[in-house]
Amino acid sequence: MNQTEPLNIPTYQKEDFASDQTPRWCPGCGDYSILAQLQRVMPAIAEQTQTPRENMVFISGIGCSSRFPYYMNTYGFHSIHGRAPTLALGLQVSRPELMTWVVTGDGDALSIGGNHLMHCLRRNLNVKILLFNNRIYGLTKGQYSPTSELGKRTKSSPLGSVARPLNPLSIALASQATFVARAVDRDPKLLQDVITQAALHKGSAIVEIYQNCNIFNDGAFAHVSERKSRDDNTLKLQHGEPLVFGRQRDKAVVLNEQLQPRVVATSEISESDLLIHDTSRDNSGLTYALSQLQYPEFPVPVGIFRALKAPTYEERVHQQVNEAKRQKPATALQQLLDSGETWRVAE
Amino acid sequence: MLQEPKDKHSPNTHLSQAIIRFAGDSGDGIQATGAMFSHNSAALGHDISTLPDYPAEIRAPAGTIAGVSSFQLNFSSRRIHTPGDRPDVLVAMNPAAVKAHISSLRPGGTLIVNDDGFDEQALKLAGYDKDPREDGTLDSYHVHRAPVSTMTVESVKALQLAPQQAALCKNMYTLGLVCWLFDRDTDFIEALVEQRFAQESEVLREANCMALRAGYNFAETTEMFSSQCRVETAEQSPGLYRRLSGNTATALGLVAAAQLAQRQLMYCTYPITPASDILHELAKLRHMGVIAGQTEDEIAAMGAAVGAAYGGSLAVTGTSGPGVALKSEAIGLAVMTELPVVIINVQRGGPSTGLPTKTEQSDLLQAMYGRNGECPVVVLAPDSPADCFTMAMEACRLAMKYMTPVFLLSDGYIANGSEPWQVPRVDQLPQFRTNEPVCSETQSQFLPYSRNPETLARPWVVPGTPGTEHRIGGLEKQDGTGHVSQDPLNHEQMVQLREQKIAGIAEDIPELDVFGSSAGRLLVLGWGGTGGAIRAAVEEAQAKGLDVACAQLRYLNPFPKNLAAVLDAFDQVLIPELNRGQLRQLVRAQYLVDAQGLNKVQGQPFHTSEILEKIENLCQQPSEAVA
Repeated sequence: MNQTEPLNIPTYQKEDFASDQTPRWCPGCGDYSILAQLQRVMPAIAEQTQTPRENMVFISGIGCSSRFPYYMNTYGFHSIHGRAPTLALGLQVSRPELMTWVVTGDGDALSIGGNHLMHCLRRNLNVKILLFNNRIYGLTKGQYSPTSELGKRTKSSPLGSVARPLNPLSIALASQATFVARAVDRDPKLLQDVITQAALHKGSAIVEIYQNCNIFNDGAFAHVSERKSRDDNTLKLQHGEPLVFGRQRDKAVVLNEQLQPRVVATSEISESDLLIHDTSRDNSGLTYALSQLQYPEFPVPVGIFRALKAPTYEERVHQQVNEAKRQKPATALQQLLDSGETWRVAE
Repeated sequence: MLQEPKDKHSPNTHLSQAIIRFAGDSGDGIQATGAMFSHNSAALGHDISTLPDYPAEIRAPAGTIAGVSSFQLNFSSRRIHTPGDRPDVLVAMNPAAVKAHISSLRPGGTLIVNDDGFDEQALKLAGYDKDPREDGTLDSYHVHRAPVSTMTVESVKALQLAPQQAALCKNMYTLGLVCWLFDRDTDFIEALVEQRFAQESEVLREANCMALRAGYNFAETTEMFSSQCRVETAEQSPGLYRRLSGNTATALGLVAAAQLAQRQLMYCTYPITPASDILHELAKLRHMGVIAGQTEDEIAAMGAAVGAAYGGSLAVTGTSGPGVALKSEAIGLAVMTELPVVIINVQRGGPSTGLPTKTEQSDLLQAMYGRNGECPVVVLAPDSPADCFTMAMEACRLAMKYMTPVFLLSDGYIANGSEPWQVPRVDQLPQFRTNEPVCSETQSQFLPYSRNPETLARPWVVPGTPGTEHRIGGLEKQDGTGHVSQDPLNHEQMVQLREQKIAGIAEDIPELDVFGSSAGRLLVLGWGGTGGAIRAAVEEAQAKGLDVACAQLRYLNPFPKNLAAVLDAFDQVLIPELNRGQLRQLVRAQYLVDAQGLNKVQGQPFHTSEILEKIENLCQQPSEAVA
């Protein structure tokens, strides 16, 4: 808790973050890649944030993704469906020095746990949320999820899903999340970079990770993960860089006069007309519009959408406690018990 | 009992006990009036017990029966256990208050009415075709009429308040009348008014005091009442006393427990009647390091409590029945992960939204069994407002020592009711032992599900501890290692271990006390908030020579280990409950005793007389000592 005291943390290797448990995801599952990339960047995260391994906690809900904590050699809590953010709230307020991660999926975070996700983000609790989006319920063997596309045929929707999908990042932005990003399981470099930036962020960080479920929803993100097509189908967001994409970097996303996004060839516009990505925009319509871009009409934006500096929830809580203590010296317990509507009976 | 002599100008009557009920519109300041008169009574040396009763609506339509708020006080020279069954004095501020409460006024009792509240509209709203003051309805009572509103406005005229603001002081005018009736001066209440308005408004302080004195003087000079009555003072052991409601007592118990255990108190909750006052009390204590937070819903409150417990805090959540229903899954998680969490259920009438402001004891089986799987937890129930302090501390002690969720079943009656509490000395409170891990350098592998051989508790090892990184969760655990296990025999063993851990707590809790002889004809067995009414009824029955004893369970799971022997020593067992027989089911199932029930589900506490009548029935013998 004492932040002035320098922690002398050891130098970790990737292996230090692997637990003695063997992962039990299906062979070929995107979760393996995410686990590997996370373990790879953990030593650097520990060093840069001066967080020893014992101060790291992974909390999950229920679903395939939520087995994650068992494979990390940190503290871990595999909780109940949708409620991981609530446990993170209690833990992080009680122990602000910890680095708490929430690992969740599209069903866990957006369906049964939608309420908690929204409140976690708007509070700006200092927690890193990794949302594995595979657009399907995998652990229960293949029902449509809140991110499944309209018309999706699954075991529970043989004639096609009749509900429109949710967009996790639009919800995150609307919930005032201070760090919002998207990565893809099959793009290790992007994944490592985004996870590292999320870890360094102070406050609620949500990373949507497109994750392939090769059993129940194989190829859901092929358009952004196939090597030959991904540069043409993704828009890599870089702070301060123009919204330009394509293998030849010959296409750009711009806004028309009705502020609707459209794709143009860079040759058709002057350089000054290019939109420059700015992760520090608060309440920006442009950032929201980016979160709404959908393949195939648009490239899929990946990388960091928003990164804002703001006080965290637990900072505000403890600030109030400290301020209250400063203004009113701590009452001794006896004094507290002795207060109120009292009277004395004499000997 | 309060009797008004027929003869006018008779000298003061001396009484051992009086019951007064204030009733009026929810905007009439009834609760504040009752609270001040209670504090005054306690400070004068009476034993007191109070019963506030107010509508679920914040401001139900003025003048209607639905909008009537009341506050009953029993004050006595003897030790009393309940706010009393029927008031001796009823103060009614309007016709609706008369309509709602006149039937409970003791025949021959005193009724004080605000005549100004009886216009045609008010009579109509209360459902009176004729004025009850004129048509003989009130003939069996001593009725005292006073133009309270008019006199109040008149009395504060000098302060030039707006008429509405002046009229707001009418509760103080009434209090002045009552002060004179009970032969006490107004100094103490004036001091309370001073405290109340010290920071706010000098003119309001003055107005309230002026109205109070005016009421007192009116009673004195007009000889409104034929005589004054004086209630004798009670003998109390010396020391500092405090008038305490159950919810405040609960909050104080939690703060004390956290301090004794040297743990951060984290109270995670969602607003719900009648539990919210615990949050309000704790929210005032930021300067003592207390963190009391409001989450997005009941489930989040429970999840946050589990997270806080995992982090090493003393984690508590407070709610009422519907909230418990939502928390159930996360309570199961705390059972599986064996983390200490205290769950306070201030019970109210159910099912569903039920009767939010009314009391009931119908969540016992929910606390015992309301989760999936074999999921035992500790269940405690305080038996009076002040006992909430003791039992809240006890809940925390057991949770942390045995690494388990603990239910504390309070109820609307004791949560809002109040009684005098002799303030304990902190250095005399029981010391706490929490389940710190036993550090073993030689152990090569840390075992999160190893057990203390005495308590069967697993170690409370929190994140931030180097070298003991481990994973827990809701999936079944392998004994010792805590790894996920689906082994059939391991599951059976773990179910039994969790069961034995809770059952073993019987060795660590006090035995059940019996009031009266330890064997005999009839035992009245109660639990939780009915303690006062049962005790009062049994005292009366014993005074009539009946062979009856009583015992009040404050530990429901596990039961005290002598319960079987206690039950065995009596020919008959009567279990009064504010439900349809939940404790009776448990006792019958566990001890094969053919216990009889006395069950009431009206949203109201037991009257002593109801229990007494049942005792007399069961004893079936003529009472010997009719006074």
